[in-house]
Order: sequence, then structure tokens, then C-alpha cells
Amino acid sequence: MKNFLFTSIGKKFAMAISAIFLMIFLLQHFLINITSVFSPDIFNMLSHFMGTNPLVQFALQPILIFGVIFHFIMGFYLEIQNRSATKYEYHKEKGGANSTWMSRNMIWSGLVILSFLVLHFIDFWIPEMNYKYVEFLPDDPNRYYHELVEKFEMPWRVIFYCVSFVLLAMHLLHGFSSALKSMGTNKSYASSIKTFSYIYSIGVPLGFCFIAIFHHLTH
Amino acid sequence: MKLKLKIWRQKNSETRGSIVEYEINNISPDMSFLEMLDVLNAELILKDEDPVSFDHDCREGICGSCSLFINGQAHGPDRRITTCQLHMRKFKDGDTIFIEPFRAKAFPVIKDLVVDRSAFDRIQHSGGYISVNTSGNTQDANSIPINKDDADDAFDAATCIGCGACVATCKNSSAMLFVGAKVSQYSLLPQGQTEASRRVINMVNQMDLEGFGNCSNTGACEVECPKGISLDNIARMNRELMKASIKK
Repeated sequence: MKNFLFTSIGKKFAMAISAIFLMIFLLQHFLINITSVFSPDIFNMLSHFMGTNPLVQFALQPILIFGVIFHFIMGFYLEIQNRSATKYEYHKEKGGANSTWMSRNMIWSGLVILSFLVLHFIDFWIPEMNYKYVEFLPDDPNRYYHELVEKFEMPWRVIFYCVSFVLLAMHLLHGFSSALKSMGTNKSYASSIKTFSYIYSIGVPLGFCFIAIFHHLTH
Repeated sequence: MKLKLKIWRQKNSETRGSIVEYEINNISPDMSFLEMLDVLNAELILKDEDPVSFDHDCREGICGSCSLFINGQAHGPDRRITTCQLHMRKFKDGDTIFIEPFRAKAFPVIKDLVVDRSAFDRIQHSGGYISVNTSGNTQDANSIPINKDDADDAFDAATCIGCGACVATCKNSSAMLFVGAKVSQYSLLPQGQTEASRRVINMVNQMDLEGFGNCSNTGACEVECPKGISLDNIARMNRELMKASIKK
């Protein structure tokens, strides 16, 4: 099994596992955030639980950060390896004749998502870490909703978030089915995977866009 | 038909090549693409110029020799055919046609449009076979019952002619469709079980050694494959490799 992870297929498998893990996290993140649209109290309660539970903070959060870093580093590594395998470019190439734009440009959609994550960390994660573990400010279970809505007052941030979510949708539309193929899923599941992929890949990013626009327009 | 051809010319694997332009007249729409190149070469020879080198053999879509990246697509604009099965009626009078060799680090250009695809042979040698005792007591293959779906899938995988269009069209120059097909055609059949683990491990290792890229499941290979080899063969190879690695 050790050798497997060093083969081209093993690396793709590891990439796929990290992608599926991030998708599970993203769904959980979305389900918590959507509560902010209809109940600030439920959103505060769930955010407070996630922000103070030791298992989440000291076990799941480091795993998540590792998963994010691994996915990006592995993505860049595989891209560099693939580019070196192609060596020369064609004078004329019709990529659109046989594959989708999103499948050929995962690195570019990934880079937009990475830049979004940098902003997202600056907006939420770094202030949160600062609040709890640097300044040791008093625990306030009701602060999360206000911290969320005030971020979406600026139109440029809402636009950048929405553009990033469109790219995320494209990334997921190819990424989810690709990850499952890399993991060797049987063709009998192809139709179910395709249906789930469309629902998840469009539904979740669209939901995040809705949350950002909703708070921008209502506050 | 009158055509403008933009053809990749390269003296040998050591020199740098470039696109050279040719004009050609009196091409019949009923000619095959390779016959059109034959006409061009006849003209070049009469002018005492070096003819364009290109691979070809059976000219009926079976041998996998002909290659060519035509107007941005492996084996040209048609689906499920090799270059020898492509006809000039697919083009219009006055068209400009780009003709390039299959590109990949693992497929170095030998001359003009001829590339060295021996990497595929080495992958096959590493495990693309079954060992059968031919002592005279060999069991009749038909006496072994095989599930119809498995037999069909194995046969479909076995139709791969190893032309390399999958590598040429893949943005990563991945050979996984080829290797997936070769692994699948044996792994689906009882005769291939004895060496199944060793086969997939050796073939994937050899594929990696040859310098092919990773598969990112764009599906371009499946679309451009003249035999319509399915991406499912790649997923099957992935499963086989995982199984073999756990067993090891």
C-alpha cells in the first residue's frame, strides 16, 4: 500500500480523498451558514458550538487545515508534473471539441478559490483566532451573527465572493465525478454520481451566493 | 480541391522543427487523408525535395500505425476513426489544414510526423499478456463460462489498437486510457486472474517510468479514441491497482 501512494494513480487517489473530505466540510459549512438567513439565534448557537467545542477546535480544525493545504499543494504538484509530460504545445488545438472548459482548467478555478480562501481567512478565521487565542476576549455566544452580516456590507466583497462561488461550482462540477473516478467507482453508479454532482455543485455555491447577497440587501 | 497545408517538419529527434506551408491542387474529395499526403509527397519527390514522413500500415483502421494531429484533433475532425479512415470530403475547398505529430514527452518525434511510440510496447511487455501452458493439454477457452457483460467489456477493451490518440489529445499526455484498456481486457476474464496483481502493478509502474502525465478525467481521450475505449477502463485499472497494492 505504501508504494501505491507513490504511483500516478495513488497520487490521484490521495487528491480525490482530500477533495471528498473538503466537500463534506463545505456542506457542513453551508448548512450552518444558511441558518443565518432565517434564525440569527440558531446561527449563533451553532457557530458558538463549532468555535468552542474542543474536538472541533483542536482535532477537526487542524485536520481541515491540513486537508486544504494538501489539496492545493498536491494540485500544483500534479499540474507541474503534467505540464512536464506534455513538453510541446500544438500550433492548433481544439480542446473544446472533446472536453469541457472546467475539466481543462481546474488549476485556474482552483487558483481563484485559493485567492478567495485567503480573503475568507482574513475576514473570519484570523479575527476569530485573534479573539479567542491571542487577545483572550470574553466568550460571547451572540457575536457571530453580527460579525457575519457586517462583512457583507461592502459590495465589492459580495461580488468577489459570488464570482468565487461561480468558479467553485465549475471546479466541483468536474472535480466531484473526477475524484470518484480516480477512486475507481464502478460505471453502474455513473448516473447517480452525475445527478448528485449537479445538485451539490450548483446547489451549495448558489446557496453561499444567496447568503452573501441576502445579508448585503437586508442590512 | 485546392488546399493549404501547414505541416510540422523536423529533420530528426535532435533538431528543432517548424511548421512548413505547402499548397496542393487537384485533391479528390474521395481520397483518404493519407492518400492526399501521398500526392503531396509525389510532388515533393518530383521537385527533388524531402517527402513528408508519416506513419501508416494497414490503412483500414486496424493496425494503429497512423497518427497525426489534424486541425487541432487527434486523427482529425471525425469521430471513432483513424487518420487512414478520414476522407478529404470532411474538408472544404480552400481550407487550411494544420498537420502535426502526436505530442508527448514520452512520444519523441523521430522525423516530421513520425513519433516513437515504443513506450506503449514497453508497457505491454511489462504485463500485458497471460501465460498459457501449451503442452498439448490446454483447456478449450470456450469451456470456461464467462458472464456476458464481462465478456463484452473485455472485448471492448481489447479493441484498443494502441495508436496513442489518447495520449496525444490529453492535456496531461496521460496514457491511462491505453493502460486501463490493456489491464481491463485481462482482469475481466478468468484467464487473466493468475497474473492480475502483478500485471497492474508492473504496467502502472512502467507507465510512470515512461514519463506520461496523470489522468484528470477530462474525457478527451474517450472522445478522440478511434475505438471508443471508455473511461470506465481507467476506473477499473484504479480499482485493480488498489486491490493489488492491498494484497501485496
